[in-house]
Amino acid sequence: MAYQSYVLICGGTACCSGGADNLVTEFASCLEAAGLKDKVQVVKTGCLGFCEQGPIVKILPQGTFYVQVKKDDVKDIVAEHLVKGRVVQRLCYDPEQATDVVAEANIPFYQKQYRIVLRNCGVIDPEKIEDYIARDGYKAIEKVLFEMTPEQVVDEMLKSGLRGRGGAGFPTGMKWKFAQQQPKGQKYMVCNADEGDPGAYMDRSTLEGDPHSILEAMIIAGYAIGATKGFIYIRAEYPLAIHRLQVAISQATELGLLGKDILGSGFDFEIELRFGAGAFVCGEETALLQSIEGNRGMPRPRPPFPAVKGLWGRPTVINNVETLANIPVIINKGADWFSKIGTATTKGTKVFALTGKVNNSGLIEVPMGTTLREIIFDIGGGIRGGHQFKAAQTGGPSGGIIPPQFLDTPIDYESLAKIGSIMGSGGLIVMDETDCVVDIAKFYLDFTVDESCGKCAPCRIGGRKLLNYLNKISEGRGTEQDIADMRSICDAMNKASLCGLGQTASNPVRSTLQYFMDEYLEHINDKKCRSGKCSKLIRYTIDAAKCKGCTMCARKCPAGAIAGSVKVPHVIDPAKCIKCGACEATCKFGAISHG
Amino acid sequence: MSNETEKMTPDLRAFIEEWKDKPGNLIMVLHKVQQTYGYIPREIAIETSELLKVPLAKIYGVVTFYNFFKLQKAGKYIIQVCLGTACYLRGGDDLIKEFERQLGVGVNTTTSDGLFSIEAVRCLGCCGLAPVAVVNGDVHGKLEAKDVAGIIEKYRTLG
Repeated sequence: MAYQSYVLICGGTACCSGGADNLVTEFASCLEAAGLKDKVQVVKTGCLGFCEQGPIVKILPQGTFYVQVKKDDVKDIVAEHLVKGRVVQRLCYDPEQATDVVAEANIPFYQKQYRIVLRNCGVIDPEKIEDYIARDGYKAIEKVLFEMTPEQVVDEMLKSGLRGRGGAGFPTGMKWKFAQQQPKGQKYMVCNADEGDPGAYMDRSTLEGDPHSILEAMIIAGYAIGATKGFIYIRAEYPLAIHRLQVAISQATELGLLGKDILGSGFDFEIELRFGAGAFVCGEETALLQSIEGNRGMPRPRPPFPAVKGLWGRPTVINNVETLANIPVIINKGADWFSKIGTATTKGTKVFALTGKVNNSGLIEVPMGTTLREIIFDIGGGIRGGHQFKAAQTGGPSGGIIPPQFLDTPIDYESLAKIGSIMGSGGLIVMDETDCVVDIAKFYLDFTVDESCGKCAPCRIGGRKLLNYLNKISEGRGTEQDIADMRSICDAMNKASLCGLGQTASNPVRSTLQYFMDEYLEHINDKKCRSGKCSKLIRYTIDAAKCKGCTMCARKCPAGAIAGSVKVPHVIDPAKCIKCGACEATCKFGAISHG
Repeated sequence: MSNETEKMTPDLRAFIEEWKDKPGNLIMVLHKVQQTYGYIPREIAIETSELLKVPLAKIYGVVTFYNFFKLQKAGKYIIQVCLGTACYLRGGDDLIKEFERQLGVGVNTTTSDGLFSIEAVRCLGCCGLAPVAVVNGDVHGKLEAKDVAGIIEKYRTLG
């Protein structure tokens, strides 16, 4: 029997921690009480993307989109919407215009998005293989195994123009072709699900919301390159994604879609999970292979590339989660369809984790060629709290900082490289004028210094030196010579490091030096941090006109830096001040300020 | 805090037996060890080295390379403060300082009553809720320094 309505509850991490789990049980009991148990189906889906407004509930077939739903709201949704067919206006995204904005299609956050990778996220129950199959799941395998030769599959990938979404953008078809051309024998297919970029959760959401799509893609890749064994290398920090993959693997095995003689085609393929253990460098493919082999994850020089010599010395293809999620769709709809989306050099879509100082944080997918302005202002709803846009960072610790003048750059691999950043895996972090570029560069360097494996000197020593310079500048001890020195270290790291981590680790420094030199010079020459982030450069002062001499601040000051007697304006001794801000917080007359 | 001597559980022994002959087993076995004890106890590392026929030095090489593995037993409540970029920009480091101040211990240390330890972690993948702290799996999102006392109190009352 078909259901008359469906309640989709977002089961992404952000919504779950906001209480989405309680909503599932609450809906079940309210529906039972209303006698609708057999007419309305409740589905806990993968991430719907609009994390800022979670927990999110969507009602089908109307497509009504409720935001920030609490447990107490459930009975209203059941009584009003599901029983009487009236929309609960106060739970809509914009209650003012609720009549226009009830459906997802009318919410600006979704209007410019185009979902290929996230096609099933928020639509299906990720723990039910039937849901995936109902949405054309595992159809591509049938086509590949019975109608195509491995060469034809590789050709289709080449024709589609799909490039690796892990960061570097190497053509996927090319990678497959290299591995395919290796002599027969044991080959491996590896899925890189070790998403270590701070501020990015695209792969996590895809795995949690649509795990079968990754399995299907790995089987296709295995068939194309002649591998019978696949590994998914996944962060141990993602327990829900691991659980869903385990469920998916056992379901697919039960239906004969994994294992020996898949669908009677004679092709064997099995998939095993291997857990990462928190090392950013393991996103680099040769380091990842070391880790699967049970070793310290240290990269080795390439060539030989993994496609020639990979896991245990055998030809191995490594594709990232997002890359793989595209593959079943490309097979089903054809390379021609896919290559029409995007720009001249970069086809398809890109998933971004849009975060930072933006109004609508969340997971988004847009066609390549969309501009940063569209992403940040149309989808992201602009900057929080009426602040000014200062910069956006793509590519995490390996990427660059993009200033306002490039907001209208259409995003693809080449255009981002031209302005000093990289596509990266999909973290997109928005900054406003209260963020300090020196502080941001320091944050990223601190990360890469910590994560450097230490094997090669340019990365190990260069990163540490850069961080020392940045600390010096942020504490007001920098000189202009330091800038010149930093530039030459950046060049040396970029040219001489062994792997991608070291080669790109200097990008945050390079790009901030390029676009925000005035701020570096302010720190150095004027000993000033305009955003007030570099605490050593903050100066607290008392406005004598406003100070009533109440002595509160002098009593609060833990450093004894404030002098003055009763009813006489007080003075702060900058030499003793530890910049804790206690005085400013205490003053009832607003006489103390910092800058 | 000193660690009491740990004994290898039958469950762990069976797991090692199962994985013994699979290539690349070491990291998977260490995950199981940490899942069992909450850290990698020295006597278990020694026993694992004998069972897998892997040098102890290699085990410690791997354990110290990866952030996930711990050599010390953590507190009953592990407070993980996210320092991913989104959380950092929205004040994650202020949260860490406040936790440190209120508990009187630094990052990666445990309070003397064994109740709390503080960890600074990489992105937890819920940037929409930034800044975030996770206590034994419970996510606390959109935090400010003033919320810290309440969180500590909540778990302290639980004991």
